[in-house]
Amino acid sequence: MMEIMEGSHAVAHAVKMCRPEVIAAYPITPQTHIVEALAEMVANCTLDAEYITVESEFSALSACLGASAAGSRVYSATTSQGLALMFEVCFNTAGMRFPVVMSIVNRALGAPLSIWNDQQDSISLRDSGWLQFYAEDNQEATDLHYLAYRVAEHKDVLLPAFVCFDGFILSHTYEPVEMLTQDQVDSYLPPYRPVLRLDSADPVSIGLFAAPDYYMEFRYLVDRALKGSAGVIQASGREFGEMFGRDYSALVEEYRLEDADCAIVAMGSICGTVKDAIDDMRKDGIKAGLLRIRTFRPFPAEEVRKALDGVSSVAVLDKNISLGAKGAVCMEVRDALYGTQIPVQGYIIALGGRDVRKKDVRNVVDLTRSGKGDIFYGLRNEVLK
Amino acid sequence: MALGLGCSARPGSSRANRTGSWRTFRPVFVHDKCSRCGLCIQVCPEGCISEGEGGLPVPDYDYCKGCGLCAEECPSEAIEMKKEEK
Repeated sequence: MMEIMEGSHAVAHAVKMCRPEVIAAYPITPQTHIVEALAEMVANCTLDAEYITVESEFSALSACLGASAAGSRVYSATTSQGLALMFEVCFNTAGMRFPVVMSIVNRALGAPLSIWNDQQDSISLRDSGWLQFYAEDNQEATDLHYLAYRVAEHKDVLLPAFVCFDGFILSHTYEPVEMLTQDQVDSYLPPYRPVLRLDSADPVSIGLFAAPDYYMEFRYLVDRALKGSAGVIQASGREFGEMFGRDYSALVEEYRLEDADCAIVAMGSICGTVKDAIDDMRKDGIKAGLLRIRTFRPFPAEEVRKALDGVSSVAVLDKNISLGAKGAVCMEVRDALYGTQIPVQGYIIALGGRDVRKKDVRNVVDLTRSGKGDIFYGLRNEVLK
Repeated sequence: MALGLGCSARPGSSRANRTGSWRTFRPVFVHDKCSRCGLCIQVCPEGCISEGEGGLPVPDYDYCKGCGLCAEECPSEAIEMKKEEK
């Protein structure tokens, strides 16, 4: 059924239908509406789950890790400073192979303090072993939660997953969202059957010490599972499409790319603006196209290479910066295109909630076509002196 | 050590970690001086000293890291720490 819903509430309802057994989260702007809504559902007995109130994000994810170790389907949500506080537990959750699903409502990291959107928070956890999905709109933000549980809990994956969507731009915006029914979600997402769990009748230690003789092998196994999850995402995304009409089998989305001269690569809600800008540019004879990366981890290098084959230039929009180097997506795209002659220009853009307009996208295409890139786009003149 | 899912292991699996190679000093037990009090067995953090024939302590050098606690605590000074020849 199509409903007009705030992004956060649509996500909360999607999470409810995934039937999490334990929820632990700490409120933080702009994630608060999600956990507020879930807390209300638990209090009103419309959601049968343990809602654990905790004193910090570190505790929130630690509680989730423990509950997952006990064999429960668990959920959390956070953003920005909250995710930064979870850093240690994020690595442990992936290393211990617990399929926790967590919404990341993307927000900038301090200092300076900013509650506004960019993608620095989740990008900074790119090396932690979690799957990372980025939604363009609220429909996708809800759907990706069903997909995330399905993939994370797959016996060949068993890794945690972030479902990332842009703070305020999506979380606080009302959009039409097609909500699945509980029966539909149940038919897509079976109850969680833990492969590894703490059980006093069958004792096991999880997350052990590994001496230098074995540490590398454990890390290899996480990397192999994360890379291998690409196939599970494709199969689960295809099945979602067959059942409900929205296909998520590709890790990337191509928009007017087949005959494009200049390709823009981006992630998240900015892609809506980029698509509109492309439509305008096409009317003026500028052959631009978009490659939207929906799955950032595992990184779909092969799909990126295939999609960008034949374009004469690439512009990567990064709502993050690996300080001292470049934008994270730009580095990955360059790596994927290594050995080709396609020039890739990186643009750090929209940090800390700065708006991106259609004319900015057109400017970026102009800069790319004249070979100017690897810059912070649209800086104030006073810092350039 | 089996590579269990999620760095997991069943009870007893730490036996695979033969930590004896970490040792720089080896405890040598001088049985003539030993009063068989068993204190070394109790203080060994690795639990790798056991009671042998006639109550004499028997170290398991596969796991002894050479920390020297047994030698330090022995009331009879019957344990000497000798540099490992590698």
